[in-house]
Amino acid sequence: MSQDFQRLSRREIAIRVAADIPDGSYANLGIGAPTEVADCLPEGVTIILHTENGLLGMGPKPPPGEEDVDLMNAGKQYVTALPGASYFHHADSFAMMRGGHLDYCVLGAYQVSVKGDLANWHTGAKDAIPAVGGAMDLAIGAKSVFVMMDLLTKKGVCKLVERCTSPLTGVACVRRVYTDHATFDITPAGVVAHDLAPGLTHEALETLCGLKLLRKS
Amino acid sequence: MNKICPSLEEAVSDVPDGASIMIGGFGDAGVPFEMIDALVAQGAKELTIISNNAGTAQEGIAKLIHLGRVRKIVCSFPRQADSKAFDERYLSGELTLDLVPQGNLAERIRAAGAGIGAFFTPTAYGTLLAEGKETREINGRHYVLEYPISADYAFIKAFKGDALGNLVYRKTARNFGPVMATAAKCTIAQVTEVVEVGALDPETVVTPGIFVKRVVQVGPAHADGPAQH
Repeated sequence: MSQDFQRLSRREIAIRVAADIPDGSYANLGIGAPTEVADCLPEGVTIILHTENGLLGMGPKPPPGEEDVDLMNAGKQYVTALPGASYFHHADSFAMMRGGHLDYCVLGAYQVSVKGDLANWHTGAKDAIPAVGGAMDLAIGAKSVFVMMDLLTKKGVCKLVERCTSPLTGVACVRRVYTDHATFDITPAGVVAHDLAPGLTHEALETLCGLKLLRKS
Repeated sequence: MNKICPSLEEAVSDVPDGASIMIGGFGDAGVPFEMIDALVAQGAKELTIISNNAGTAQEGIAKLIHLGRVRKIVCSFPRQADSKAFDERYLSGELTLDLVPQGNLAERIRAAGAGIGAFFTPTAYGTLLAEGKETREINGRHYVLEYPISADYAFIKAFKGDALGNLVYRKTARNFGPVMATAAKCTIAQVTEVVEVGALDPETVVTPGIFVKRVVQVGPAHADGPAQH
């Protein structure tokens, strides 16, 4: 099956996510690929970044030689604190999520279901070392949960599914899924596909997903 | 009142076999490495460790695990790029893991310190980590009943402390320290600097001394301040 369309790069996906986070928001960008969203936030907007290990007002990575072991993000990478930043302990940090104070979080995923169920902490493999970190707290904590992922696995299996087969991180918690093929809104009426990759048709996307997808009205 | 302990050796000397110990830190930030080394030398075994991570390489909690001193670990994220000690003992069945979502871990510790009997939290509802737990629908949202986590000891790292046990922390090394300090029968803080009583501004004290039993000055050693390259 030849594909006459151009998949979005990770950077292009990050730009889409960043454009949808409004000025004045508090946001958590998870670990791994979603952290790239921070580099794509538009000039002139103030978005305060939260990292669950106890910092609001997280800034970019420090210049070489200025790393501080006491100043890192949830991915255990060195970061900086911007003017106006604050530090707090873990119970306060998770109260910011669980208590509904955090506006957005962006997470990676193994699978997302059409109902917005999220699977991103455990592949389900029997000999895997389980580790959950803050994923389950973030999944149910932010007011809007965005997922950023490739639509297909390396083997070509669609990760947007009717029902998750990997262990769940959260139930009906995802609002929007940004992928290299399209953006998907999880709505009560069904999954709305929009902003398809250049050259990709709605019908071809439905075939790839094996799902009935709605068009944006 | 003087909570200053002259050495880490003395501070951890009474930890018995079978003790439960909370250990602060997230990644390397805030981990009281030197106090863990003192516990390794002291020799206590059959320990239950409550901490966010399970250590990496051969340091900190990984050293305790590698030496077979740990029976059970309660944590959110044991898997690391180099968590060989944990992986081996876990896969061989010598080490029991109680995996707790990070926010639930923090809140369960906080609850213990605050005298809360249990609480309902939305985190983990409908997942493997809530299996077998009591749930309840409150105002249309689903919650899971979680119980407090307390311990015999808390080993934490702070930036400055005084003889009354008042503590301030440094940047994201604060993490679990303040909640763990409240939830153990005996909280021991290793600090970079001991200051005179009165030198800490009461407005900025993060952990009030009532939660702390022992303070040991360790100095800016292992993981503190600028990264060592």
